[in-house]
Amino acid sequence: MTDDKDVLRDVWFGRIPTCFTLYQDEITEREAEPYYLLLPRVSYLTLVTDKVKKHFQKVMRQEDISEIWFEYEGTPLKWHYPIGLLFDLLASSSALPWNITVHFKSFPEKDLLHCPSKDAIEAHFMSCVKEADALKHKSQVINEMQKKDHKQLWMGLQNDRFDQFWAINRKLMEYPAEENGFRYIPFRIYQTTTERPFIQKLFRPVAADGQPHTLGDLLKEVCPSAIAPEDGERRNQVMIHGIEPMLETPLQWLSEHLSYPDNFLHISIIPKQTE
Amino acid sequence: MPTSVLWAVDLFGRVYTLSTAGQYWELCKDAQLEFKRVSAAMQCCWGIACDNQVYLYMCANDVPIRRREEAYENQRWNPMGGFCEKLLPSDRWQWSDVSGLQHRLLDGVALPSPHWEWESDWYVDENFGGEPTEKGGWTYAIDFPATYTRDKKWNSCVRRRKWIRYRRYKSRDTWAKIPSKDDPKELPDPFNDLSVGGWEITEEPVGRLSVWAVSLQGKVWYREDVSHSNPEGSWWSLVDTPGEVVQISCGPHDLLWATLWEGQALVREGINRNNPKGSFWSIVEPPGSENGIMHISVGVGVVWAVTKDRKVWFRRGVNSHNPCGTSWIEMVGEMVMVNVGLNDQVWGISCEDRAVYFRQGVTPSELSGKTWKAIVATRECDRSHSGSSSSLLSAGCFFGDEVRASSDSASHDTDVSSEVERRDPEQPLPKESLDNPQNPNESSALDPGASRTAECDVENACPVVGRGEPTQAPGPSGRPAELPWTNIDLKEPKKAPNHSAAGLPESTGLASLGLFTLGLEEPYGADDHLLWAWVSGGGCAVEAGSVLKWFTVQSGLSPSVQTLSLSITPAQTAAWRKQIFQQLTERTKRELENFRHYEQAVEQSVWVKTGALQWWCDWKPHKWVDVRVALEQFTGHDGARDSILFIYYVVHEEKKYLHVFLNEVTVLVPVLNEAKHSFALYTPERTRQRWPVRLAAATEQDMNDWLALLSLSCCESRRVQGRPSPQAIWSITCKGDIFVSEPSPDLEAHEHLLPCDQMFWRQMGGHLRVVEANSRGVVWGIGYDHTAWVYTGGYGGGCFQGLASSTSNIYTQSDVKSVYIYENQRWNPVTGYTSRGLPTDRYMWSDATGLQECTKAGTKPPSLQWTWVSDWYVDFSITGGTDQEGWQYASDFPASYHGYKTMKDFVRRRCWARKCKLVTSGPWLEVAPIALGDVSIIPESPEAEGHTHSIALWAVSDKGDVLCRLGVSELNPAGSSWLHVGTDQPFASVSIGACYQVWAVARDGSAFYRGSVSPSQPAGDCWYHIPPPPKQRLSQVSVGQTSVYALDENGNLWFRGGITPSYPQGSSWDHVSNNVRRVSVGPLDQVWVIANKVQGSHGLSRGTVCHRTGVQPREPKGQGWDYGIGGGWDHISVRANATKAVRSVSQEQEAHGPVCC
Repeated sequence: MTDDKDVLRDVWFGRIPTCFTLYQDEITEREAEPYYLLLPRVSYLTLVTDKVKKHFQKVMRQEDISEIWFEYEGTPLKWHYPIGLLFDLLASSSALPWNITVHFKSFPEKDLLHCPSKDAIEAHFMSCVKEADALKHKSQVINEMQKKDHKQLWMGLQNDRFDQFWAINRKLMEYPAEENGFRYIPFRIYQTTTERPFIQKLFRPVAADGQPHTLGDLLKEVCPSAIAPEDGERRNQVMIHGIEPMLETPLQWLSEHLSYPDNFLHISIIPKQTE
Repeated sequence: MPTSVLWAVDLFGRVYTLSTAGQYWELCKDAQLEFKRVSAAMQCCWGIACDNQVYLYMCANDVPIRRREEAYENQRWNPMGGFCEKLLPSDRWQWSDVSGLQHRLLDGVALPSPHWEWESDWYVDENFGGEPTEKGGWTYAIDFPATYTRDKKWNSCVRRRKWIRYRRYKSRDTWAKIPSKDDPKELPDPFNDLSVGGWEITEEPVGRLSVWAVSLQGKVWYREDVSHSNPEGSWWSLVDTPGEVVQISCGPHDLLWATLWEGQALVREGINRNNPKGSFWSIVEPPGSENGIMHISVGVGVVWAVTKDRKVWFRRGVNSHNPCGTSWIEMVGEMVMVNVGLNDQVWGISCEDRAVYFRQGVTPSELSGKTWKAIVATRECDRSHSGSSSSLLSAGCFFGDEVRASSDSASHDTDVSSEVERRDPEQPLPKESLDNPQNPNESSALDPGASRTAECDVENACPVVGRGEPTQAPGPSGRPAELPWTNIDLKEPKKAPNHSAAGLPESTGLASLGLFTLGLEEPYGADDHLLWAWVSGGGCAVEAGSVLKWFTVQSGLSPSVQTLSLSITPAQTAAWRKQIFQQLTERTKRELENFRHYEQAVEQSVWVKTGALQWWCDWKPHKWVDVRVALEQFTGHDGARDSILFIYYVVHEEKKYLHVFLNEVTVLVPVLNEAKHSFALYTPERTRQRWPVRLAAATEQDMNDWLALLSLSCCESRRVQGRPSPQAIWSITCKGDIFVSEPSPDLEAHEHLLPCDQMFWRQMGGHLRVVEANSRGVVWGIGYDHTAWVYTGGYGGGCFQGLASSTSNIYTQSDVKSVYIYENQRWNPVTGYTSRGLPTDRYMWSDATGLQECTKAGTKPPSLQWTWVSDWYVDFSITGGTDQEGWQYASDFPASYHGYKTMKDFVRRRCWARKCKLVTSGPWLEVAPIALGDVSIIPESPEAEGHTHSIALWAVSDKGDVLCRLGVSELNPAGSSWLHVGTDQPFASVSIGACYQVWAVARDGSAFYRGSVSPSQPAGDCWYHIPPPPKQRLSQVSVGQTSVYALDENGNLWFRGGITPSYPQGSSWDHVSNNVRRVSVGPLDQVWVIANKVQGSHGLSRGTVCHRTGVQPREPKGQGWDYGIGGGWDHISVRANATKAVRSVSQEQEAHGPVCC
């Protein structure tokens, strides 16, 4: 029998094969070869692309280099979204590897945040973790942790050390035995079809009658358009980590096992491809 | 957590139970009678039925209650006919009791009540003090009464033999009427109240209970002689009281309170082990003069009361020394009655809605608890009603509650049920909210019809309480007979609105209670919501802080927890879960399969965890020194991890370090004591030196983090993970920690065998005293408190959380053990025994050796994991016996002690015990309800064909009954039920060999062989008595493939010689070794022991795992010992390891061939 622990491992070790190509208008001294990399789904673009940056900087003049940013099929990629989410939301239907275009010029100020250093990623990551714990435990768990524990979470993510990360993160996934789950489930629902960046609301893991809430219950409540069949057939895929969990899946279980390292469930609603 | 039940009686006299693990009230199995009172203990429930007779409900149990009857046949020798029946006129009866004074004919011995039956006919007892007489059971003496011997001598003039016959209590799981055959003039008048308790006063005899009853005339009666083997007791004896008593409550220990008609409480003083009836009464005044006490209930250290105005009161300052307490405190809530159960937990029945409330937050430090919480559990029979669509299809539903007698409420109900049918079957149905009195708004919001019904029900009941009081209580003269407490009894229903118009006459006397219930049952019989009259928690063990499912209404989907299967939980088989696993696998394949040659974005690196610990330094003087430690983990090219632990210390201002490769570590042992959170780390070298690396952390959390991390690293470097294999070797330390080792094939090789100090042990969560395994993956354990546990297939638990633990199959486990200290006194001519000793004497309060001072106040639980759960009490069960106050006498310290004072005794001591409890978690589930002393599972070779039959498992209960477990298999390792195997005396140890040879050791130290045990006859047919080695008393036996080893009380290990297939009992005991504490013989006839003391062992390191070397088919006794892990090991089981070295397989099978079955 497979253990739930294996889900955590599978989620953590999810990789997206990616082909980085330099934007055609960038000025280079010689032709830039594409760069191939396995990106960890749970990490952030600017955290794992040092090699990419180095690779393309070699062929460029020093004075042309400014802040790096990425784009896929015309959409600038937000570094502060986990990589897996970006892929699921924008590219899950396309063929692998994922073709990402690398830019060094004309930073799209209105679409992207600047990422001056790793500290910015760390700050963003930790604020997400704290927000999630505020929802789950009124911040009690994260506040009881020491500074070094916070650091261990971040270092675990940065160095891709599953054990190091989960040694601390498991404490964030616990809840009192007398309750049936967290206080609220930290989740964000993303849709490409709307202007709104994402939906986030307060939602409890267990209904008033004691029944566990499912993924379907959540969507029905906060994003009915995602599942309500207009003409009988479902038009959308509900995707987390590249898989489509059944709508009957209990939300608490999902939160414990399929959350990203920032402790949020990032759920993508993608229009179904008509074949 | 063991499950137990709460007993309650509804207004109609129907008795229900509610399990601590369940969520439904279940109607008592024997529902013939209506009851007005029940009072429960763990194994039984006493009650008063509407016929005012006392009934006893003994819960069914696989172990029968049997009692031995004995009679002696006496003969005298005369020159004419030899030994014959003709006795001298001055002699005893020819058939007599043991003293010879009482005439006792075999035919004259009658069963005490219709609830007993004979087990067999009379037979002669051949066993004389552990030795078979082989002479028809005759024992000889010079004259009556005298010392009898086994052998006939020239001067043996008389002889006698013992005849025995067993009777068995047969009325279980049914209400058995207590026969009233007492003397008619002393016969009590009909009973009115009854209370059971007192099981903690003394452990002798087993299962002793105090049963107190109150008759309608207000007299108090005590049932004499109630115990496990005499569940009905013998007779009622009258206890004088200063007034007319109406109600009585007996706590588990020495508290006994009663209420008087006048409203005061009576407190019984002087109850103790030697005088369970107590000696005199004290009177406690009620909280206020205008409202007397109506109802009282007591626990171990608490008293709760309800006054006539329905207010609830808690008595402050109650304990054994001051049973009267100090003052009353008013509590929130208005109750009809309250009941204190086990652990001083409290239940009450509310005046308002007649629901049972549970007092939440009752802990040893806060005995008054926090809030009342309503139990909203529904009846079992309502389940189909409120269940899912699928359960609606079950046949029982058609005979359910929908069809009603015509009455007002029926129309509401049909509304409800039609409403129900229209709802989405997956929605929880509104019906259930009826049972939740706290949410009236919610239920009305859901369904107006339902709320009307609810109101109607409340009206039916409440006016009785509400109206009855004002008219009666302030009655002109306040005549006691009309006080309102009678309406907690069964007469209430007759006042229900439907019938109240009939104007039934006011109750004319208490004797009329319950007369009307039968006629009224119809309209209410199918009521939605139970109205309660009485509740008893005396058999209900709710631990402080445990989670109960009584307070939320569950949908019908979830099955009762008791039927939980061990390895598969619903969540694991759910479709959604399968799909997630499947999709993740597919995702990995899709996204990674063709791209493995891509570079990884993040390179693996070395990870270092550092910290500050203390280290027990290797050189003298040994002491704890502060050290910095660092664990460096790195990943090799093959993905394997390796780690080194560095310990940096400073000696003479010079910085130094020592390092340990974690792949060389053989075991990590937590060493918890009162002061330190420390652990020991062994390598093969340090095992040989008997000197581990000992490290201590500042906090428990810190230690657990390090232990978990180091343990994970060790397991990773050894590539050991997940659940232990079925062949694993299990062992237990003296602290109750459980370790498991994967046997390598060369562990039992004939040549080049693996030294056993190189075995790698990893810890499993849980706390046990005994563990036994078999190669089909069935593992059982026994706790210090004798609770039986079965292994669930998980791993981790305890201090291993998170990654080192499986997510499922980990459960809470608790264990209880006693700490003993000794009070020592010396006699002097002036003052007698005092606690003033000689200057050379031991401490006046000490441990057993006298070397350590141990005072009551200064003695702490064994480690910070343990908490006290009792106060200090005198232990009377100590070997050697005690006097009435628990003293043992001797001529001087240290010496052998005896339980009576002689002229030569100048010192005395007595043993004080205090129970402490540990709560942990691990892959173990309780096998209720029988407590065990020993267990053995049949060893099997993996290559043995035909795993069709169930796995043979034998056990000895803590009372000494021999048991055989039925239905044990890989899928159901807990088995289904016990089969009791009769014995003539209590047993201590049992072991079953690979060919169904069952050997056992009785408490008298002799061995027994059980004949004809086979898969088709799992309990065999009869015992063969095997005398122990000369002058030794055996204590344990272990049987492998063919070898039989036994251990005696002096640590000698014996091999049974001369065993052949035709003579499986063997012929002689051959001495193998001394210095042995425990033996385990495996399916390869391999012999492993726990040795008492080995070379180089230190004070605390008694108990070393040792492996017998040179064991060969032709030399089953072996040649020598190989020493393994040690330092506080207590138990080992190698009975699952049938892993043979590859090349010797055929040879071995040949050797064993002929004996195999």
